Amino acid sequence: MKKYSVFAVAREAMRHHSGWPRAWRDAQPKRRYDVIIVGAGGHGLATAYYLGKNFGVTNVAVLEKGWLGGGNTGRNTTIIRSNYLQDPSAAIYEKSRSLYETLSQDLNYNVMFSPRGVIMLAQTEHEVRGYKRTAHANALQGVSTEFIGPERVKQLVPIINLDGPRYPVLGGLWQARGGTARHDAVAWGYARACSDMGMDIIQKCEVTGVRQTGGKVTGVSTTRGDIDCDKLGLVVAGHSGQLAGMAGFRLPIESVALQALVSEPIKPCMDVVVMANTVHGYMSQSDKGEMVIGGGTDGYNNYTQRGSFHHIEETVRALVETFPMISRLKMLRQWGGIVDVTGDRSPILSKTPVEGIFINAGWGTGGFKAIPGSGWGFAELMAKGHSPLTQAFGLERFAEGRFIDESVAAGVAH
Amino acid sequence: MLILTCPCCHVTAEETEFHAGGEAHLTRIGPGGSEGEFESYLFMRQNPKGVHLERWRHVYGCGKWFHLARDTATLHVYGAYSAQTTAPPDHIRTAIKDRHPDWRWQGEVNQ
Repeated sequence: MKKYSVFAVAREAMRHHSGWPRAWRDAQPKRRYDVIIVGAGGHGLATAYYLGKNFGVTNVAVLEKGWLGGGNTGRNTTIIRSNYLQDPSAAIYEKSRSLYETLSQDLNYNVMFSPRGVIMLAQTEHEVRGYKRTAHANALQGVSTEFIGPERVKQLVPIINLDGPRYPVLGGLWQARGGTARHDAVAWGYARACSDMGMDIIQKCEVTGVRQTGGKVTGVSTTRGDIDCDKLGLVVAGHSGQLAGMAGFRLPIESVALQALVSEPIKPCMDVVVMANTVHGYMSQSDKGEMVIGGGTDGYNNYTQRGSFHHIEETVRALVETFPMISRLKMLRQWGGIVDVTGDRSPILSKTPVEGIFINAGWGTGGFKAIPGSGWGFAELMAKGHSPLTQAFGLERFAEGRFIDESVAAGVAH
Repeated sequence: MLILTCPCCHVTAEETEFHAGGEAHLTRIGPGGSEGEFESYLFMRQNPKGVHLERWRHVYGCGKWFHLARDTATLHVYGAYSAQTTAPPDHIRTAIKDRHPDWRWQGEVNQ
């Protein structure tokens, strides 16, 4: 792998950028791998990367039915934060956020992590109490957050309207080290590093079956032939239920559509991320100047990667109330992704009823922020059979009633 | 935007008038149930990519619950039927099989 550096840029500038190599190899599937990861999104690639980096496991294939990072990794609103209520969540999301801080250096790939700060607005008395509680919990967990009053909110976000007709802004939960990153670059950076370690990233290779003998996984069938493996990691978000069905078990997961949209680019006007959970909307401004907007999920099961229009209407209506200056903005693009939602709104990083199959799923509407931490923990789980980061996120918690209930803390915008 | 017809009051309306209530035909587990049965009843779901039998409520209308057969891969609606059933009625099964000849209701035998 050629290192990216200022010298490389200068050298290539001298020769009309003719010397940049492919960032990752277009690999053909081999007959057998030690580990197969299904799903070349952020979580799958991060898992492969940390398997190689932390545990020296490099005979790895990452299979992708579409193209690299073309699922929810390329469809989210790129928000990174770790202000969760429950201890296991705070641990894995804070690990993730801290890994994001040095990710560009680790991968030698600019993921444009921008710790610009995230505010979650409190717009009802209930939310004020909830966020104060979260701030106290975060203090105990070592996650730096604070509850701020309306004046401070106005200071941080001058374009906000504090006395909206329906929901005035009563304060907010402020995480100064939260922010955004370039979502595609996260997938591309991990892919480049994985490819450099000798791993095969195989696109347009859909898994059509999971082969097993005596309750132990032996490989997968794909549209590009059968591939054997010792360990199989399912990291496919919305289609987790489909893959689990092929392996012969069910999941406590339902797949629903979540939408986002961006406006036309405008001059810089908001340099933090604002989330308003009561009115179902969140917004940040991208480096290109577009306002990036996300809303709530549809209420029914859906695999179509497009959602209902009325959700966009609700989201935009709420945001126009909160940010009157965006009322004349034209919207540029809208898209949807399929998110896998669990009963307690917390992910599943777990062994499964089939020996050798591991599952990383259920990130629901908030997976992007967790990519490095999820990969770190899931790689440890796959390599060693246990990990302190993933311990609480096992499948068995649903039978035991030991939930990690984030639905109250982060029910809507996740 | 789904356009649904409520089988109770026969009003046809947009989905904003209704509220989705998740998978239909779940067997409710009582106090004697095991942990596994409760897990299955409360959390485990078919979550199919394709035909999905689900509960809906006509919230801003007659207020009644009903069942709907819908395709999660295409958003096609096969039909709505009464919630007072434990299995989809014949006309719903026929409508589904017109498009998916291989589809079978739980335990239904191939003919």
